[in-house]
Amino acid sequence: MSSLLRVLVFARAVRGRLALAVLTGALALGAAVGLMATSAWLISRAAEHPPILTLMVAIAAVRALSIGRGVLRYAERLVGHGAALGVLRELRVAVWKRLEAIAPAGLPEYRSGDLLTRLVADVDAVADVLLRVMIPAAVAAVAGAGTVALVYWLLPSAAVTLLATMLFAAVAVPWLIARAGRRTEQRLVPLRGRLTALAVELIHGAPDLIAFGAARRRLSLLASLDGELAKAQACSARTTGLAAGLTALAAGLAGWAALALGISAVHSGAFSGVALAVVVLIPLAAFEGVTMLPPAVQHLQRGRRSVDRVSEVLDRVAPVREAAAPVALPSAPYTVRVVGLRAHWPGAGTPALNGVDLELRPGRRVAVVGSSGSGKTTLVSVLVRFLDPSAGQVTLNGTDITTLASDDVRCVIKLCAQDGHLFDTTIEENVRLARRSATPEAVRAVLAQVRLLEWVDSLPEGAQTPVGEHGARVSGGQRQRIALARALLADPPVLLLDEPAEHLDLATADVLTADLLAATAGRTTLFVTHRLAGLEAVDEVIVVHSGRVIQRGSHAALIAVAGPYRRMWDRERAAVDPV
Amino acid sequence: MKPLDRRLLRYARTTRTYLADCVALGLAVAGLLIAQATLLADMITGAFLDGRSLSDLRTPMILLGAVVIGRALVAWMQEVAAFRSSAAVKAQLRSRLLEHTVRLGPGWLSEERSGELATLAIQGAEALDGYFSRYLPQLVLGCLVPTAVLSWVLRADLVAGVTIALTLPLIPIFMVLVGRAAQRKMDRQWGTLSLLAEHFLDVVAGLPTLKIFGRAAAQTQTITTITGDYARTTMSTLRVSFLSALVLELLSALAVALVAVAVGLRLLAGELGLSTALLVLMLTPEAYWPLRQLGIHYHASVEGVAAAQRIFAVLETPVPPVGTRVDLPDLASSAVRVEDVTVKYPGRAEPALQGASLDLLPGEVVALVGPSGCGKSTLAALLVGFVRPDRGRVLIGERVLAELDLDTWRRQVAYLPQHPRLFAGTIADNVRLGAHLASDDEVRRALHTAGAGFVERLPTGIDTPLGERGSGLSAGQRQRIALARTFLRDTPLVILDEPTSGLDVESEATVLDAMRQLVAGRTALLVTHRPALLTIADRVVRLDRVAVAA
Repeated sequence: MSSLLRVLVFARAVRGRLALAVLTGALALGAAVGLMATSAWLISRAAEHPPILTLMVAIAAVRALSIGRGVLRYAERLVGHGAALGVLRELRVAVWKRLEAIAPAGLPEYRSGDLLTRLVADVDAVADVLLRVMIPAAVAAVAGAGTVALVYWLLPSAAVTLLATMLFAAVAVPWLIARAGRRTEQRLVPLRGRLTALAVELIHGAPDLIAFGAARRRLSLLASLDGELAKAQACSARTTGLAAGLTALAAGLAGWAALALGISAVHSGAFSGVALAVVVLIPLAAFEGVTMLPPAVQHLQRGRRSVDRVSEVLDRVAPVREAAAPVALPSAPYTVRVVGLRAHWPGAGTPALNGVDLELRPGRRVAVVGSSGSGKTTLVSVLVRFLDPSAGQVTLNGTDITTLASDDVRCVIKLCAQDGHLFDTTIEENVRLARRSATPEAVRAVLAQVRLLEWVDSLPEGAQTPVGEHGARVSGGQRQRIALARALLADPPVLLLDEPAEHLDLATADVLTADLLAATAGRTTLFVTHRLAGLEAVDEVIVVHSGRVIQRGSHAALIAVAGPYRRMWDRERAAVDPV
Repeated sequence: MKPLDRRLLRYARTTRTYLADCVALGLAVAGLLIAQATLLADMITGAFLDGRSLSDLRTPMILLGAVVIGRALVAWMQEVAAFRSSAAVKAQLRSRLLEHTVRLGPGWLSEERSGELATLAIQGAEALDGYFSRYLPQLVLGCLVPTAVLSWVLRADLVAGVTIALTLPLIPIFMVLVGRAAQRKMDRQWGTLSLLAEHFLDVVAGLPTLKIFGRAAAQTQTITTITGDYARTTMSTLRVSFLSALVLELLSALAVALVAVAVGLRLLAGELGLSTALLVLMLTPEAYWPLRQLGIHYHASVEGVAAAQRIFAVLETPVPPVGTRVDLPDLASSAVRVEDVTVKYPGRAEPALQGASLDLLPGEVVALVGPSGCGKSTLAALLVGFVRPDRGRVLIGERVLAELDLDTWRRQVAYLPQHPRLFAGTIADNVRLGAHLASDDEVRRALHTAGAGFVERLPTGIDTPLGERGSGLSAGQRQRIALARTFLRDTPLVILDEPTSGLDVESEATVLDAMRQLVAGRTALLVTHRPALLTIADRVVRLDRVAVAA
């Protein structure tokens, strides 16, 4: 239930339009009932051969109601969709604002594109709940109440049976579906999940499976799983079928009971025979609204999970606490000092960094090296205020960065991440993201700095070439270079480079690293890497392992002595291509 | 679009029985509808005009009760039949699709196709639900019920029958006309819709980057504006597309009003009995209802039909001819020879391999090097039988590979692809991929030889479950487990495609030792660009980039 309340909270801004949608929807249904009732009265009355003038009003009403029904229904759909789109907008902005506060450290989903896709789809699904669940339910309730009142005015006993059968179809049947739906869903979801995983594995792992003669066994496993799934689905079909049957039964019973009650009332003279057909035919039309409810329940079940996931993101605690009254940013040049830094990722028990000290003075370049999982990325995340320190501090010219506005910190310290995102637009736009006011010449200059200019100029569309979704149309090396050009265009006082050569093959990686070191000469830079080639150019190398600094010094000094750095260096050199 | 694709009957046999069920149930629906209307009309007339009491009408009341129960039963059976057969059809199409995919092989199943196929096998098949459980039965009802109702009304009253007969065809006509105009607009709209969702996804995925460059706050405004614009254009589309529903609704409501008023006036004039008039009034909406429903379910079916057509397109892709000979030459004494082979992938201008030749003598370890894109991997895939030469041939001793039964041939080959895939399951299951009867001890030995000693140190050893794609392991660990597969397969020929790509230097060293053991005493082809691997080769063959065609 709380999920439904949540949807209503999201829908606050459009409540007027929602009420209008419900009203027009109920009137449309009412018109359908009225059309049937008036027609029945018209025919019954005509059978008594009255003067034609007495029928004129009914004839006009029949025509008006027949047109009104269609027009009102049209209005309901338009207003309802308008309201849903309004909610969609509110929600997208709300989710965006929340994500802005918690991303990326507060949202593990950022590591998985699938989960992110789902989140975006969930936002759409919430708007759908409004349209397919809330509005039909409210319309059925309002129109149902009106119909029962009309019948009550004609023949109270028939109103009682109509109310009972409608409640049965509108409450008991959906409840039954919901209960059975949950049960079968519990059976179906894991089955479907396994089937999906197996099918995806079969397709993506086809070379391995075929080469090792295992494809046929997989196929028969899949077929048996699919059989199991079909059996489970057939089982759930019995419940949905039961719901359809029970709704039909309720509608039929309503008509049957109205007829029985009506006949006795007419026979005893308590009820006019002219209205008998009216009372009997109304239930036939009135159940139209109720039949929309079972599908609404199914939508609700699907939608509820989406609502919960969206709510979960909206309720997520930010991993960074913004200072209530941020102090002013100190002025350049900047020295970054890290003292006894300890940091945890949200939900993690052990610290990813433990007691790290570091000093980055203006114009100096420091490299942080270590194997993956040693805490390098955590350090970078704390420096750009994606994550708060749990102990120790980071200062910028002596000011604790947690007392500064985090946007201000990021004006000074900029990060070029290992998986820098390229937006689905042109190369130039992606680079210009860093500085909107940059001239095309400035963009060309940074592209030249990262040695992309020649390639860009060779493209038919030059810097206007679109990079595709997630930069899919450019190679991994080009992607990193574009991200780097972006960082250089921002021209930050302090630049952080997090594994810019990760995901690249070694030859490309070493060329990129060399270019990088050349492009950052004289700039305050923290360079995070696990490759050591080229590090002779930096002023200091810090070796981290399991969140602690285990060695520090210049490259030359570190390779001169036996130790972890020397071992890494030897291994790397042994693998260098002699060609 | 054709209402019913014949291929559906061919590929999913359940469809035939289902269609028969639909027709039978549809006839029952029409019969019960008419029975109900007749009974109601007669009883209302009896009570109203003839002063009958409830006890006089006992028999028709019982009959009406039976009709009500009958309708409920039919409604139940319709749903059961629909979902049951829909589930069966999905299963049938899915297994056929996957089987055919395996038969077409990895050569056909290129990287971009595999993502699309996975979507097709899962979501595509599920999309058929709307078509099977909603549209198809409604199509049958849309044909049967109006016909039955119309003929009954014609019998009862010619004038009302003719009115219905004249207005009824307007429904499908308008459905097509308005539907087409709306569809064109909808198609454009779907374009914007997916573009918008993509844009939102794009900025959400790039949010950390936007934050770094201080552009995140500015995006809030953009998102508000874009979503607002989207809402406006959507509303203008909806105004048109809902028109089709409005027209249909108006048509059927007006027809009911027309019939009701006409019948009422003729009743007044004494040309008609009350019972007939009521019957006509009740039956008239029933003639339009299934057609309107068909219009509603049509949209739900479109997606399913499109998915079905894509599935059929795959099923109709011809499988390349396969060899049948099972008399393999002994690889311990026969050479593997690639003779002047050219391979061209469909849709690519340049051949992937042009005039390549290579000899693998028994027991020889050959390293294949060359710049990326020169066809090294294609040559490896050629030897496993994943791709077929467009020119030239592959000889195993004296036999041509194309004539050999590929399953038999692959039993002689262990192949480690460039990105070996680990499957959900235990480590042991993964190692057993090519030898599913191997004992636990054999699996442990294979892992040990492959340098995957770390497995023994895991708390649950070889029974440790792996996540999808082997998550929870490092790249090096995954590679060594995949290597253990090739050990356990124990074949005379080993083909390793870039076995150390993506490994850091430390991991490469461990894998290298394992590989040295693997190739000892076997014929082996190592595709590589890493120098470390060359040390275990007897011979290095350089493959150069395909000459650009003049």
